[in-house]
Amino acid sequence: MKLQAKNPYLLSSPKRRKFVQGLASGGVLLGMGSLPAMGWSQEAKKSAGGAPVLDGTEFNLEIAESAVNFTGNPRMATTINGSIPAPTLRWREGDTVTIRVTNRLRETTSIHWHGIILPYQMDGVPGISFPGIPAGETFTYRFKVEQSGTYWYHSHSAMQELTGMYGAIIVEPANGNAIRADRDHVVLLSDWTDEDPMRVFAKLKVQGDYYNRLQPTAVDFFRDASQNGVSAAVSRRKMWNNMRMNPTDLADLSADTLTFLMNGATPAGNWTGLFRKGERVRLRFINGAGNSFYDVRIPGLKLTVVQADGVNVEPVTVDEFRFGPGETYDVLVEPTDDAHTIFAQSMDRSGYARGTLATRVGLDAPVPQPDKPQWLTMADMMGSMGGNMGGMAGMAGMAGMSDGAQMKMGGGAQDMQGMAGMNHGAMAMDHSKHAMPGGGSLAAPSTQARHARTEYGASTDMRVGMARTNLDDPGIGLRDNGRRVLTLSDLHTIGGPLDPRGAEREVELHLTGNMERYTWSFDGLEFGQSTPVKFNYGERVRVILHNDTMMTHPMHMHGMWSELETPDGKFQARRHTIPVQPAQRVSFLVTADAMGRWAWHCHLMFHMEAGMFREVLVA
Amino acid sequence: MPEAATAALIEKKPESMARMALPDMKGMDHSKMGQGTPAESAGSMKGMNHGGASAEKASSGDMGAMDHGDMQMQGGSAPADARDPHAYSGGYTLEDGPYALPGPRQLRLADEHNFASVMFNTLEHGLSKGDGTTAYDAQAWFGRDYNRFVLKAEGEVANGKIEDSRTEALWSRSIATHWDAQAGARIDHGTGPDRGWLAFGVQGLAPYWFEVDAAAYVGNGGRTALRLGAEYELLLTQRLILQPSAEVNIYGKDDLARGIGRGFSNAAAGLRLRYEISRQFAPYVGVERTALFGKTADIARSEGASTGGTRWVAGVRFWF
Repeated sequence: MKLQAKNPYLLSSPKRRKFVQGLASGGVLLGMGSLPAMGWSQEAKKSAGGAPVLDGTEFNLEIAESAVNFTGNPRMATTINGSIPAPTLRWREGDTVTIRVTNRLRETTSIHWHGIILPYQMDGVPGISFPGIPAGETFTYRFKVEQSGTYWYHSHSAMQELTGMYGAIIVEPANGNAIRADRDHVVLLSDWTDEDPMRVFAKLKVQGDYYNRLQPTAVDFFRDASQNGVSAAVSRRKMWNNMRMNPTDLADLSADTLTFLMNGATPAGNWTGLFRKGERVRLRFINGAGNSFYDVRIPGLKLTVVQADGVNVEPVTVDEFRFGPGETYDVLVEPTDDAHTIFAQSMDRSGYARGTLATRVGLDAPVPQPDKPQWLTMADMMGSMGGNMGGMAGMAGMAGMSDGAQMKMGGGAQDMQGMAGMNHGAMAMDHSKHAMPGGGSLAAPSTQARHARTEYGASTDMRVGMARTNLDDPGIGLRDNGRRVLTLSDLHTIGGPLDPRGAEREVELHLTGNMERYTWSFDGLEFGQSTPVKFNYGERVRVILHNDTMMTHPMHMHGMWSELETPDGKFQARRHTIPVQPAQRVSFLVTADAMGRWAWHCHLMFHMEAGMFREVLVA
Repeated sequence: MPEAATAALIEKKPESMARMALPDMKGMDHSKMGQGTPAESAGSMKGMNHGGASAEKASSGDMGAMDHGDMQMQGGSAPADARDPHAYSGGYTLEDGPYALPGPRQLRLADEHNFASVMFNTLEHGLSKGDGTTAYDAQAWFGRDYNRFVLKAEGEVANGKIEDSRTEALWSRSIATHWDAQAGARIDHGTGPDRGWLAFGVQGLAPYWFEVDAAAYVGNGGRTALRLGAEYELLLTQRLILQPSAEVNIYGKDDLARGIGRGFSNAAAGLRLRYEISRQFAPYVGVERTALFGKTADIARSEGASTGGTRWVAGVRFWF
């Protein structure tokens, strides 16, 4: 099929617009890419689909361009040892691993070990940890592995991650695996675009909603008006239009340019993980996408989540979970049929990645259709002023704003009275009484928004006065969908926090952006204008991230764990990547025990590239 | 446009090819336009800027219930006690302090890269018999998020030569979430002698997605001018887009050599229906109605020329 790739003027096929099934045989073109000779000390064995597996303590990785074809258009990808995904690396807790990375590209490259605690010089962020790996050179990473679980690795240079540089890491625990499973599969989700990612980025700079095919239209309006009345239809849109915000802005990219991959296979390619009847299967889900949140489920099976970001949690059984780039979840399933579809729809519902758990290759199971996309709600814009949309709280009070809900209100003005009611809550807040960090009890995170002075200019299109702090909201598109959806409040790390100390001080940063200009930042300052966030070596610090945007940002701090806490300051879960929902305020504690400079950024690649990136300095 | 219709749309883009009318320009005192000293023009410019600003304010004001001074969700200015974004830096920078890599900072993200774009908002040919004119309206930019060089070009070509054109080279700097202030030079070419102007304007997105472009000009010989444009994008479907637009020109002084009379001189209103084959390539059909007013119309009549009319057009909108 013909897709728009190089030529933006080509008509994209209708099939493409719906979603890209891709080529069944899509992936690296064997014999055309550079297949490096495997190192002598590496034993490469093919897993059941997906990536080769490399075991041991010595690894040689070679980064090169490889020819790929996912959609019918031959393209060049950046690959590690010639495969997409890159080889799965198996380490053992307590071992010291040596990884020689040779750059066969014409540009600088790097590898970052996502979630691995190590000396900053080994963290692999060019310009912060080290200068990067220049073309033609080899860099040797060497560090002791002091943790276990499911992690991943990827390039931290330019857009190389999106063009193929990502792979799984499995670290075996030193003292036996607490999680018992008969079978173990990595399920690495990613996304691919035939376009040059920098071209994609440049297009977004011109038109932030370039890839959004869910725009509200006049047709929608008249349909809405005929169902719910004109005034309801008007009031539903009024605030969005007034603020020049788009309620359908769920993802910057969509199937318009992306092909969604599971272990490097397109939906048509149908990656298949094998099992025998009666087995308990461990699935190590890794979101290695450049820019896609996935909502994952296996119709007909319960998912028992046993690990988040490589750290064991008290098992929790759900039907579905959402995760963003950078996050990992390990789940146990007990398949009952010969074939089960692993279905991972993109958050904007423009497409999905798909694979199959089967008793033999060639079987498949019905593939669901993506859910109907929903408009963002007032809660996504205004936080707690927009009504609590927590998992249990339902849609009470905001019926008028929620998709498909019956309007019980009259005209636009009356409609807004609901809001006014909420505002009285806001009125009660006295902005002159900021609790200054350190000036009061730090037992619980502060809830008072403290906007930076740099959030009042062109870089920021929205400020949330009263963010929501609840962790039990599955998020837009998953609320009340009839399925049990995992939320952050379901995660309880086994063993509690790493550090029993409470916070000594509070650091508050706001996640900011301007959709029209397609700028993204912390506190309204893009990276180039920012200064480091200094942690004092050894301190236990509370970090508050307050999301002044209408998108969910998976925030990844390198070098140290982020210990998520509840709104009342109780330990919740240890993470390396925390998704912060629109108009949400989350807090986590960090023990600043890692000397050096570390990257801290949104793991949506285009947000990071736009400047939603800070440096943490621990000294 | 009725509220309902307005509400029905959420327009799609800030590519800001807009040519537009600031709604709050009523506040301007047109009688002053006559004297047109640079200072006064700058004064009117301020008026315009307030226009922009009050559009911002009005927008948040309209948020009515939600707006309580510093509870405002958009725009506004930072309160005195707003948090210092550098308060956590310990006095260190990305270049200086412990563990910083030697030499100048190597990590530069896209916020420090230049981007560029060229957009032909309209490139169209008259459809009626004997209408051999081609009209264009384009805007290009080069630079970064908040500071860029902008080139605007609008004109008509007939029988292989430019009949009338306006070309502006501007420095554009963001002044608010949705607004840029622009300053630079404008050259008019075509009927009569060429004219040069200094240009000062604002361009941006007003609440309800109106793309607005307003500028004041000061030329030699005490000439002043004001141009206001507005544009809207109504999505009928994801790809079928109706684009109404309007533009008016006001001059502070007669310029008989170019057929321009003082005051409210001319206006154009267009309606174009495009189909986006891709976001970057959309053929369209449309209609544009132009009219001359006041003294400018008198001049045209005295020369036996028309004082306006309706043109059916077909063209293509594209950008890269």
